[in-house]
Amino acid sequence: MLTLTHFLTLAALLFSLSVTGIFLNRKNVIILLMCIELMLLAVNMNFVAFSRFLGNMDGQVFVFFILTVAAAEAAIGLAILVVLFRNRQTINVAELDDLKG
Amino acid sequence: MPIYEIVFYVFSLVMLAGAVMVITVRNPVYAALSLVLTFFSAAAIWMLLEAEFLAIVLVVVYVGAVMVLFLFVVMMLDINVAPLKEGFIRYLPVGVLVALLMAAELLVVLWSKGRFEAGAYPLPAPNPEGFSNTKAVGELLFTNYLLAFEVAGVILLVAIIAAVALTLRQRAGGHRQNPSLQVRVQRDERVRLVKMKPEPRQGS
Repeated sequence: MLTLTHFLTLAALLFSLSVTGIFLNRKNVIILLMCIELMLLAVNMNFVAFSRFLGNMDGQVFVFFILTVAAAEAAIGLAILVVLFRNRQTINVAELDDLKG
Repeated sequence: MPIYEIVFYVFSLVMLAGAVMVITVRNPVYAALSLVLTFFSAAAIWMLLEAEFLAIVLVVVYVGAVMVLFLFVVMMLDINVAPLKEGFIRYLPVGVLVALLMAAELLVVLWSKGRFEAGAYPLPAPNPEGFSNTKAVGELLFTNYLLAFEVAGVILLVAIIAAVALTLRQRAGGHRQNPSLQVRVQRDERVRLVKMKPEPRQGS
């Protein structure tokens, strides 16, 4: 018998995996962006599961908005990435130290 | 209803395997393709949760548009992958440790006695035949969330303009029109009247 807990567990595992991905691929901006997409997917999974089990459609509307913002974020992130590569010939995070942060 | 469980576990396993591949494969193209697999399995699970509209939106918008954009960028940039994988082994222990801690904390919350106790929320009865998920979402979207919906449209417009403005490049030596100069042109810059004597026609 599937319960809400099963779906929340699945989302929790997915979120932990994407956090691991950010640790492992901290040099590669593209994979970092993909890990952020995975995190958003995990959060959306929670929203959809709660929406189903509590019988409230508002959660699905929220997922709709999160998808919209995530698409905008991916488009701008990739545009920045392209400009970055054009100027520096690299996407290695370790070499992007112009701001001396 | 064992079919629910079979579908759930199969697609969950595929999804988690896809996520593991995203974060471990060497080649960003394979990572993008694994991400497609992950999104696809997630869409199947959303379908199981009777969020049909969002499942299709995930496939159409995410797999169809965003991931193709990712693949475009990955293939367009000539990336040397070798230096980007440095430190993969070095950060493996701490990454796995943080992830395990995080997963353990979340699972303790989810599976302990209390609010989310297994069985506290059993699967509700399926929606009646003829129930339209798209219609329900649309009705909410265009009544309670109308302002948010319009703001989302503006956000997308801003993203379009930002992406174009960021990547637009004026090439040296390119030929382009300047409408402002074209409109402001004076008659004297284009027309020159030449005074000359009339010449007799040849041969007459």
